[in-house]
Amino acid sequence: MYNEMFADDRSVRAPYDKVAEWINGAGVDLLRLRQDEAEAIFRKIGITFAVYGEGGDPERLIPFDLIPRVFGASEWRRLSRGIKQRSRALNAFLYDVYHRAEILRAGVIPEELVFQNEAFLPDMIGVDPPGKVYSHIVGVDIVRTDGDRFQVLEDNCRTPSGVSYMLENREIMMRMFPQLFQAGFVEHVDSYPVMLKKTLEEVAPIKCDDDPTVVLLTPGSLNSAYYEHSFLADLMGIELVEPQDLFVENGLCWMRTTRGPHRVDVIYRRIDDTYIDPLTFKADSLLGVPGLFNVYRSGGVTLCSAPGAGVADDKAIYVFVPDMIKFYLGEKPILENVPTWRCAAPDDCKYVLDNLKDLVVKRVHGSGGYGMLIGPHATKKEIEAFRAKIKANPGEFIAQPTLDLSTAPILGDSGVEERHVDFRPYCLVGKDIRLTPGGLTRVALKKGSLVVNSSQGGGVKDTWILAD
Amino acid sequence: MLSRTAENLYWMGRYMERADATARLIEMGYRMAMLPGSNEMDEWRSVVAASGSAPELAEAKSLSAGEVVGRLLLNQENLSSIRSCLTSARANGRAVRTALTQDMWEALNDGWRQLGQMDAETALRNLPSLLEWTKNRTAAFRGATEGSLLRNDGYFFLRMGGLIERADMTLRLLDVKYYVLLPETDVVGGGRDYHQWTSVLRATSALRAYHHVYKGDYTPWGIADFLILNAIFPRSVSYCYRAIRRFLDDLADLYGERQACQATAAEMVALLDGLRIERLFQSGLHEFISDAIGTTRRLSDEISKAYYF
Repeated sequence: MYNEMFADDRSVRAPYDKVAEWINGAGVDLLRLRQDEAEAIFRKIGITFAVYGEGGDPERLIPFDLIPRVFGASEWRRLSRGIKQRSRALNAFLYDVYHRAEILRAGVIPEELVFQNEAFLPDMIGVDPPGKVYSHIVGVDIVRTDGDRFQVLEDNCRTPSGVSYMLENREIMMRMFPQLFQAGFVEHVDSYPVMLKKTLEEVAPIKCDDDPTVVLLTPGSLNSAYYEHSFLADLMGIELVEPQDLFVENGLCWMRTTRGPHRVDVIYRRIDDTYIDPLTFKADSLLGVPGLFNVYRSGGVTLCSAPGAGVADDKAIYVFVPDMIKFYLGEKPILENVPTWRCAAPDDCKYVLDNLKDLVVKRVHGSGGYGMLIGPHATKKEIEAFRAKIKANPGEFIAQPTLDLSTAPILGDSGVEERHVDFRPYCLVGKDIRLTPGGLTRVALKKGSLVVNSSQGGGVKDTWILAD
Repeated sequence: MLSRTAENLYWMGRYMERADATARLIEMGYRMAMLPGSNEMDEWRSVVAASGSAPELAEAKSLSAGEVVGRLLLNQENLSSIRSCLTSARANGRAVRTALTQDMWEALNDGWRQLGQMDAETALRNLPSLLEWTKNRTAAFRGATEGSLLRNDGYFFLRMGGLIERADMTLRLLDVKYYVLLPETDVVGGGRDYHQWTSVLRATSALRAYHHVYKGDYTPWGIADFLILNAIFPRSVSYCYRAIRRFLDDLADLYGERQACQATAAEMVALLDGLRIERLFQSGLHEFISDAIGTTRRLSDEISKAYYF
């Protein structure tokens, strides 16, 4: 297991020098006091997160751990190249499968994995999104399994959340420990909203002939990520709209304002495909904007991400991302995938069923750490229950080895302790590809746990990229 | 600005003002009920009636302080209780987070759960400090708004909501209390009436301000004049309407269009400007108050129609 802060001889690794100095200087008691303060500030500002299906407090706090997670400059350079490479390939793949589907014709990816995928939208075939961009914000979940080994756990091409924590965690740290940042050796993350706005403006639709009006579309204040929606809209200075604020007329999209209708050009939507337009996607849904999809298809408005972008972040497709990189870019993948068995393939399925106790099994379409099996931590009964599920519906599942996630220091009950972490950077794709030096580090706060999802008791940390 | 945002801001303004006014009203009832010789039940009844939120309670045969405080401070089903108002204002604010400043949001968000677990008995025991707390919360919100919000349409909608609510509250208090101001009821005389009159001022936090303006004597004419026609007392009907007119005019300038709501506000200001309190008493105080309550309701409807919410 790779410990990010300490080498085997307990000496501090170079990127963590400053952190170690700070912890020793301040002392654990003071830091703990500050940790409580940080929580009070989060509560006061209203940075909350609702957990689906758990009931209770709809405005829960995500636990914040004070000790930053650090990447050295050279580590980041490599990560950064790998993330951008992956984002390019994923978008190329999306354009391809909705046009000539060369990658399927070439036999690199089995056709049925795409065409029979629930996330594949036949309505999108032949549609040309501005700049050929489908996924404008790519969240790549990365784990570190050794000093120089980074592996991608999954891609998020639809509407990855959590970027507000990247910004707020830094804000809190700077507010509480300004002296830590004075030397300017940590890269800034506050350019993100500016770059996001720029990215969204770059993909204005063809019918837009003025400065584009960009809005952020949220399902509403009961959504678990509502805080993030309002936060981002605020930082970008754009309207935060709900579906009922929008309507379609004369082939364009409008929002209802106090001065009458106002034209909308680009929609950063934080709602699922199926809730975009009841006329196209879900006739029984009361949500959405009737007719919006037709306006999109005819170049009257841009939807970010594009409908149907989800087919690229499906866990069954994930297996082929390294092949996409070679196929579209002719490059060698910089970031590795985690070895993955697709239960849809009979040989893979047999292996998975024989080794359930050592594997992590996930649903192909699932997200957020719901309904997964972590073999080594599961009881016999849980394993058998999962075995039955896989046998009944093998195509629904993939399996991966239990990864030896790296650990980072946290402030625990007995002082500085170690917990497993992962990392989600947010890559922006418009005319250019942009990446803020930072991201969200999620940490499994339960001792020994490998599940970092905030819905499963995970917490977050500030992430430092050291300047060169 | 989104119509939904305007609507939320307008109602947030109204809810915060209602919470504040209700706290002042309960404060008045509390003080009046403690006076020797007062009919405690009558006092609480007029508090409930002025709040306009629990008609069946105002009619009830017997009424205790606990019931009133429970209903006006804590009850969630009563949409005008202080707790409901603060919760609704926060919900409105949360729905339009981007239209608020961080300062305003923090003022809305701070301690909003506090009334959640409280029962009426505890509330009654801590009544003065709870009312104080409510007024502090609304004052903090007003202060944050004044000090940090851009003076654009959002500000106008928020302020208009508060002012319309305030005019309405002052009018409803007068509606309930007008009989103590009428000279005919001046048969008992002495301390009792004095307290009744001052209670009206107290409910609008105007006791000292009244002294500054009228130099001494409490008279029914003076009090009615102060609460209806005085141009510099910030809770008088006249003051509220002048301010509403100003914000509506600013809005019309910004949007380049005048509508029915601007005309209604201007007419009301002209009417108030032309009135003398003696004439008002002659022509019927009660009728005037009823009409003004109706006009205020109509104005609120006209605003929502004009700006599509």
